[in-house]
Amino acid sequence: MAARELILAFESSCDETSVAVVENGNKILSNIIATQIKSHQRFGGVVPEVASRHHVEQITLVTDAALKEAGVTYTDLTAVAVTYGPGLVGALLIGVTAAKTIAYAHHLPLIPVNHMAGHIYAARFVKPLTYPLLALAVSGGHTELVYMKAAGEFEIIGDTRDDAAGEAYDKVGRILGIPYPAGKEVDRLAHLGHDTFHFPRAMDKEDNLDFSFSGLKSAVINTVHHADQIGETLSREDLAASFQAAVVDVLVHKTQKALTNYPVKQLIVAGGVAANQGLKEAMNEALAVHFPDVDVIVPPLRLTGDNGAMIGAAAHIELAKRHLASENLNADPGLSFAHA
Amino acid sequence: MRLLALDTSNEAMSVAVLDNDRLLAQTTINHERTHSEQLLPTIDDLVAASGLQPEDLDKIIVADGPGSYTGIRIAVTTGKTLAYTLNIALVGVSSLEVLAANITDTKAMIVPIMNARRNNVFTGVYQWDKGQLINVVTDRHVPLTLLLTELTTLRQPVIFVGSDAAMFRGQIIEALGGLAHFAPDWLNLPQALRLGQLGKDLPPVSVYDFVPRYLRLTEAENNWLKAHPGKGHDVYVEKV
Ligand SMILES: [Zn+2]
Repeated sequence: MAARELILAFESSCDETSVAVVENGNKILSNIIATQIKSHQRFGGVVPEVASRHHVEQITLVTDAALKEAGVTYTDLTAVAVTYGPGLVGALLIGVTAAKTIAYAHHLPLIPVNHMAGHIYAARFVKPLTYPLLALAVSGGHTELVYMKAAGEFEIIGDTRDDAAGEAYDKVGRILGIPYPAGKEVDRLAHLGHDTFHFPRAMDKEDNLDFSFSGLKSAVINTVHHADQIGETLSREDLAASFQAAVVDVLVHKTQKALTNYPVKQLIVAGGVAANQGLKEAMNEALAVHFPDVDVIVPPLRLTGDNGAMIGAAAHIELAKRHLASENLNADPGLSFAHA
Repeated sequence: MRLLALDTSNEAMSVAVLDNDRLLAQTTINHERTHSEQLLPTIDDLVAASGLQPEDLDKIIVADGPGSYTGIRIAVTTGKTLAYTLNIALVGVSSLEVLAANITDTKAMIVPIMNARRNNVFTGVYQWDKGQLINVVTDRHVPLTLLLTELTTLRQPVIFVGSDAAMFRGQIIEALGGLAHFAPDWLNLPQALRLGQLGKDLPPVSVYDFVPRYLRLTEAENNWLKAHPGKGHDVYVEKV
């Protein structure tokens, strides 16, 4: 194999169409992202059929921009990679179809990538990974603690029993009158307020690594509704701060518990919610005290959201293992790592 | 000129490779498996069976809708990606026209029917004129009852085509009586050979702008536009 491995990577699992060119699994030559956020803001959340339509509009433009920015041609490519799940089936299918077609047209191997593996491997652009490691993957659809014994091996050791953390942010955001996606604004408000409401920390005391956020979400909603009924106005800053404190507390405590059960040297905080300042601060603070030897990796903002580069990084590992797909690759919307 | 024609608008999938007007290979699969799984393997098989490599193709012809939203996205995405990546010509042909083209040697009106649920259909009216298939009433999404009322006033024989026509047979005969004719079963399936012939001489379109003809906004967009009149042409997707 040539010293320079180039992977053209596709991501279209939700509301971002992204194509990247990644060299040797750790260098981004291009990472074009077209986001549909403005479109779905009209509806207060992602509408799957609208998302699928936007992906078709964007896919060729984004592919072309990725190849041009990277300055590579098809003959330079080693393989084509694509997210085939989890995600919205109609959205996934656009990336899967485009990637398969390019692989076929240019006689290139096709690498199927799990979207969550992509989120975790975004950390590879920060520094080399050392195994075993732990990852806390938090996004609009997922809240998972993942143990990686070796490269490309993923085991879920903790999972949400109901809502994902990002989902709770969006629902609480709606109550606070914040347009979708609410995470960034809730985070900002939280930094201006104080945890005065002491919302429940669900499952925090339980002897497992699982999460639950629907009770917390309901507690916030009930608090606001009750205040409305008696004509009282609550501080949005304090509500946001109290909600965020409860989420972050649980995420940090469960991560600490996981680090106790699974001693590792690296912790990756991955996924859209990894961009949350409150989470980053609390995680770094807690680990500096209790796990000073654990290296916390939080990918930069552009790589925590959905993007093609992270798929290219995960694909590099899959390619080394020769985990390839054939031309009948389909989208797998419910794809998941195995539970430990 | 080597042509590849693709139709995945509905349950049946049809793919053909042509050398100008001459068919080199064709497959039509009328069996419930996802188009996403079987389209590319079928293309690969047929191109290889025609003694060709993908880079030997000159033009891609796609049945671009209406039809199942997921179905038309598979053919459109495959077609536009293939045309883009091989730097060859791309054209789209109405999926309804492909069905209409199955019916030849007639002066009658040809009405392809696709079920669009809640007694609505995707349909158009086609007629042969000097060897050309003419779209005399534009493809659209319409309540079946309205279509039948319009056809009744024309007092002309009508041939209905498409696998979905059968489910509306009762209503159609009630409205049109003896003027209504139904295509035999084997002509209700799309044939990519016909698609290839229809698209062969059409001028190429932009691969970047090529999207399915859904003929319908999504429900979410419809509701939003009702609540926000005058909006709707903004750019909603941005490169970040
Ligand atoms: Zn994601």
